[in-house]
Amino acid sequence: MELSRRRFVKTTAVALASAAAAGTMASLAGCATAGSGQSTKLTQTGGGTTTLGVCRFCGCGCGVIVESKDGKIISVTGDPDNGSSRGLNCVKGYYLANALYGEDRLTTPLIRDDKATKGTPEGLREATWDEALDLVATHLRDTWKADKSRLAFWGSGQQPICEGYATAKFWKAGLLSNNIDPNARLCMASAVVGFMNIFQTDEPAGCYADIDETDVFVTWGANMAEAHPMLYSRLTARKLNGQNIKHYDLTTLKTRTSASADKVLMFNPGSDIAIANAIANYLIVNKLYDPHFVADHLQFKQGTENIGNAFEDGYDASEIGQAVDKVSSITFEDYAARLAPYTLEYAEEISGVPAADIQELAEVFADRSRKVLSLWTMGVNQHNRGTWMNHCIYNIHLLTGRYARPGDGAFSLTGQPTACGTAREVGTFSHRLPADLLVAQEPHRRYTEAIWNLPEGYLDAIAKPGMHTVKMFRELSKGNIDFLWSAHNNWAVSMPNLTRFLGRGTDGNDGINDAFICVSEVYPTLSTQYADVVFPAAMWVEREGMFGNGERRTAVFEKAVDPPGEARWDLWALMEVAKRVLEGETIGTEDAFDCLFGEWYDKEAAEFKGDEREINRAIWEEYRTFSNPQLKAEAAAINESAKLKMEAKQLAPYDLYIENHGLTWPVREVEGEWLPTLWRFCDGPQADGFDEFGVEQYGEHDKAGGVSFYKSADKRPSVVFRPYEPPAEIPSEEYPFWLCTGRLLEHWHTGSMTRRIAALDRALPEALLDMNPQDCARLGVNDGDMVRITSRYGTCDMKVSTAGRTQPPEGMTFAPFFADESLINLVVQDVYCPLSKEPDFKKTCVAITKL
Amino acid sequence: MGLGSRIALVCAGALALGAVGSKVALGQEPLLRPPGAQADGRFSALCIKCGRCIQACPYGAIRAASLATGVQADSPWIDPRQNPCHLCADFPCIAACPTSALAPVDAPQEVAMGTAVIDEDTCLSYQAMRCEVSYRACPLIDEAITIDYRPRPGDAIHAVFAPVIHEGVCVGCGLCVQRCPVEDPGPAIRVTPAPS
Repeated sequence: MELSRRRFVKTTAVALASAAAAGTMASLAGCATAGSGQSTKLTQTGGGTTTLGVCRFCGCGCGVIVESKDGKIISVTGDPDNGSSRGLNCVKGYYLANALYGEDRLTTPLIRDDKATKGTPEGLREATWDEALDLVATHLRDTWKADKSRLAFWGSGQQPICEGYATAKFWKAGLLSNNIDPNARLCMASAVVGFMNIFQTDEPAGCYADIDETDVFVTWGANMAEAHPMLYSRLTARKLNGQNIKHYDLTTLKTRTSASADKVLMFNPGSDIAIANAIANYLIVNKLYDPHFVADHLQFKQGTENIGNAFEDGYDASEIGQAVDKVSSITFEDYAARLAPYTLEYAEEISGVPAADIQELAEVFADRSRKVLSLWTMGVNQHNRGTWMNHCIYNIHLLTGRYARPGDGAFSLTGQPTACGTAREVGTFSHRLPADLLVAQEPHRRYTEAIWNLPEGYLDAIAKPGMHTVKMFRELSKGNIDFLWSAHNNWAVSMPNLTRFLGRGTDGNDGINDAFICVSEVYPTLSTQYADVVFPAAMWVEREGMFGNGERRTAVFEKAVDPPGEARWDLWALMEVAKRVLEGETIGTEDAFDCLFGEWYDKEAAEFKGDEREINRAIWEEYRTFSNPQLKAEAAAINESAKLKMEAKQLAPYDLYIENHGLTWPVREVEGEWLPTLWRFCDGPQADGFDEFGVEQYGEHDKAGGVSFYKSADKRPSVVFRPYEPPAEIPSEEYPFWLCTGRLLEHWHTGSMTRRIAALDRALPEALLDMNPQDCARLGVNDGDMVRITSRYGTCDMKVSTAGRTQPPEGMTFAPFFADESLINLVVQDVYCPLSKEPDFKKTCVAITKL
Repeated sequence: MGLGSRIALVCAGALALGAVGSKVALGQEPLLRPPGAQADGRFSALCIKCGRCIQACPYGAIRAASLATGVQADSPWIDPRQNPCHLCADFPCIAACPTSALAPVDAPQEVAMGTAVIDEDTCLSYQAMRCEVSYRACPLIDEAITIDYRPRPGDAIHAVFAPVIHEGVCVGCGLCVQRCPVEDPGPAIRVTPAPS
């Protein structure tokens, strides 16, 4: 590389500063006038070829420009024309290219002949693709034919959209199995169930531009400064550029986000619902809510309470487990009465937050002269009452009319680059079909059958949802899963309760060693140590793909370089396995494989019917039919008769996403132009990013706040009363500390990529257990000492830090989960929110002893 | 005080005035000494190069200076990029010193090995990249290094999170130097050693 990194930073920083300055409005305008028909390859600079990309790490979805030369990426820089990020990356994005060039990239298929070597770095031998594919397909087909409840696929919010769509199609229509779930179950499921319960649509109404327009930020259980670096930069820019902009941080431990907040409300774990209810109660008692918004837009409910916790494998099937989703309508007065016990004093008693601070925050919501934006992530979602806490935040915003309006919103941040785009949008959850559709809903199955050319009733076989993630791994550990395929994740590090799931406990739950496991991967990981077959995968821009980020922005990353060795596109491996498994099968009278995938894949030739651009486009066009029913008469008829409003989530033709460097859906076709939407359900000119056509088609004008929730039942989102119920486990004499886990800025998730980037490994070489100095003094532990962390689930060892990167109060500890040598998830509980089935990674009770 | 010590002192003084990277006549740069190293030439006068601090360091951070350092050869020093001082609570290196060349300190905050200096041209944080690794690695976070949140000229949606070193608070342990991800032409943060 002739151009040194240093020179490159300097030159690009200057270039980007001017580009960002000049491009801020231009990029918005560019979105609004989509369809210029430009060629997709960008200009060439310095002899390299530049292509369009999106960072493949966190949920911010920052656009990047990839420059490659002689088959290798030589730089990754911010894309000033990407509407989400407009030209900058964090340090992870800056070193992103290096993620492809770790020394131990997997370049050939691997097979394990001796299951006794599972759980060790040994035992995998090189194989041909044919041998590996045959082996995987044979095991999958045998399991499928014998008992299809015993097979499973575990996907990801990092699996590109078209690949996720094809996987869901194979699993749901090809295998007629709902045993497919993504790792998004571990991060977004509570947000998803909240969205569906409240709005009957799984999407944030707002967008990142809300950050630029609000007056007060409220972060709930979110260390944005580390987990969403560039969005936190945007938040900080707003604070610096606006007048008297405030930030309240609600958290169980001080983080780098707390460090720059104006006020920190530190609450006892699990008590956030009491705080939120106290705010709602205060607003109602003092008549500080918005009565017009309430009258025009809201309905009120309460649901099943005293729902216990999912300690036992049989929880979901238990009487209470079956009742957790039930709700009943109540009046506004009933709702107020339910809130009445939540006085500021009661909330203080439960949460430890002074009543005056809660009142101050309530007054923030009451102040009509200021806009308020709530932002939250895993502290809310990874919660034994995660769905309920999502409800409680929306309750406050809905009561005060602060939702779906620029700068006034409640925004659920996503954690992964395509948690929205793939996991949530194309149907890789065990209860979903593409485009928000549900397997349990008959019209949804009919509609899907119409688009997939399946005989009517064909999908009735999958009317019952399959195994959610924790269920999948619990059953695996008990020997009830015979076949597991995982891709774009590292479950052996990221799942909770790994002591059980990796068969390391004393309870005999070691089914992982007996099951046949296929892992699609780019590097050796702890997960590949349990694999019977490893498929070497093309990584990031070694193929073309799409991501959908947290603000409904869909974007394409173009192929820039070839994958190394025999590594192949995951979609090719999927097609080759599907071809083998479905051999001789028919759907109706047609060959099953050709019915599902024949448009894209030539099974005789074992290759796609086009280049990667053409294949992605073809798959996208099929997926896009779900939200453009007019493209297929049979679908249009069902959409009409069942009132599905599918076009309310309209998506644009593939190439427009390249030309516009991403577009936020719904993208409306208006007189030949495709216009994105920034503020869903908010009335106003489409060209300015408002939801003009949605409101016009389905909603009502002139309602309070200028919004219309046309996707909600009766056009009324539900305010649901949810009570405070305590954490699944609270500290005891035996396990006196709380343990909270999370992400840190330098590393992405389990570190399988970022730890292979020398600069990032240097920047954060080891995982540390952050502890309160007073607790350390009591235990005789010094900064740097090794301790043993023990819960009723398992044990691991880690070095203690009191330096203060995070500052836990007494009785609280924090550990990141990126390091598989310490493997904190051996200790973490697998208890989950009974509604969303998302595990609570934030509240395991542990003992700590000095080693 | 021998000639070599005086030259080292002169050099250290020059560095403290900001002449980072200058070389002394013997081709030496002042060395980052272990915590507790006495100032104003007393360390060099007292250190008998016995190597006990080197043996005592649980992190293996203290090394013997090479022959190329002339009169400083075999004296204890720390290369923070390779392995910085971890500011142990009990300072075993100081406890091991038989001559009080390393004098006792009561708390990590009292250590005065040197002061970190950021190269704003190469530091990613100063280019608004959201890095701040030095800040988060700092054992005296929010004291020795703080973040100066600055508007980014011409850019309404990004801020500069500029790490700022506080002289007199920074103890010069060099953890930030070890962790800085920038490699070319070298770390974007370095420690200017205190005169020893």
